Amino acid sequence: MALLNVNPTRMELTNLKRKLVTARRGHKLLKDKRDELMRIFLDLVRENKRLRRRVEEGIIQANEHMSIARSVMSDKSLDIALMLPTQDMTLEVKEKNVMSVIIPEFDVTYKRADESDIYSYGFAFTSSDLDVAVKSLSDIMPDMIRLAEVEKSCALMADEIEKTRRRVNALEHVMIPQYEETIKFITMKLDENERSATTRLMKVKDMMLAKAYNYD
Amino acid sequence: MTTTYKTAVLGDKDSIYGFASLGFTIFPIEDSLEAVKIMRQLSDSGYAIIYITEFLASQIPQELERFASQALPAIIPIPGLRGNTGMGMKNVSKSVEKAVGSDILGDS
Repeated sequence: MALLNVNPTRMELTNLKRKLVTARRGHKLLKDKRDELMRIFLDLVRENKRLRRRVEEGIIQANEHMSIARSVMSDKSLDIALMLPTQDMTLEVKEKNVMSVIIPEFDVTYKRADESDIYSYGFAFTSSDLDVAVKSLSDIMPDMIRLAEVEKSCALMADEIEKTRRRVNALEHVMIPQYEETIKFITMKLDENERSATTRLMKVKDMMLAKAYNYD
Repeated sequence: MTTTYKTAVLGDKDSIYGFASLGFTIFPIEDSLEAVKIMRQLSDSGYAIIYITEFLASQIPQELERFASQALPAIIPIPGLRGNTGMGMKNVSKSVEKAVGSDILGDS
C-alpha cells in the first residue's frame, strides 16, 4: 500500500492520528448503515417479488377476458362502454426517510366514495367478459399501487446500498491502511531521528572529553 | 409534505384500455418516440406512477434509466397483451444484484 506523500514531522503525525480516528468512526457508522439498509432492502425485495407475481397474474387474467370481450363486442360499443370512467382517483405522496434514503409512500383517494363503483357502462350492451376483466383489474389495483411504491423504494435503496458499500470498502481497504502505514512510517522516522541525535551527542561528548583530558 | 398526484398507464390500446375504469389516465401509444415524449411531459405534470407495458418499456431503456434515480415518478413495467419480456421481474433481480452483488433470492 502506497504511503501518503507527507513530511515526517510531529505535526503531521498528530494530524494523521486524528484523521485515522475519524476514518475509523466513519467506517463503523457506514458499516452499520449498510447493514441496516440491507436488512430493510431484503424485506422489501421479497415483498416486491410477491406483489409483482400477483399483479402480473391479475393483469394477464384481465387481458384474457378483455380479448374475449373485444372479440364478442364491436370496437365501437367497447369504446363507448369505457369512454367515460366513473371512478377517478388521485394519489397522495408522502416521503419517508429510511436511513437517509427518501422513499415515496402512495395513498390513494377515490373520487367516488364507493370503491366498487367501477363499471362505467350499463350491462345491456356489453359482454360479461368485460365485467370480469374490469373486476379483476380493480381487484389488483391496491396491489398495483403498493407494487409501485415498493419497487421504486427498492430501486432507490439499491442505489444507496451500492454507494454506501463503496464508501465502506474505500475506507476499509484504502484509507485506513494508508493512514496506518503512514503513521508507522512517521513514527519510525522520528524514532530514527531521535536515536541519531543521541548517538551524535554521545560522539560529541567523547570528542570533548578527549580534548579536555588529552586522551589519545 | 403531501401533494396530490395522478397515475398514468402507457401502452398499446388493447392492453391498457381496462385501466381507464379504475381512474388511471390512459395514453394509448404504439410508437416509442411518442412514448418518450409523453413520459417526459407526464413526469413534469404531476404524475407519480407511470405504468408502462413491458413491450413499450423494452424499447426505451435509456429513458427509464433517466428516471431511475429520481424519487418520482415511479415507472413500473406491467405485462401487456403481447411482447412480454419478463422485464418487470428482471428489474427486481437487477436491483438485488446491484445491492448485494449477486441475485441471492433467485426465484424464491
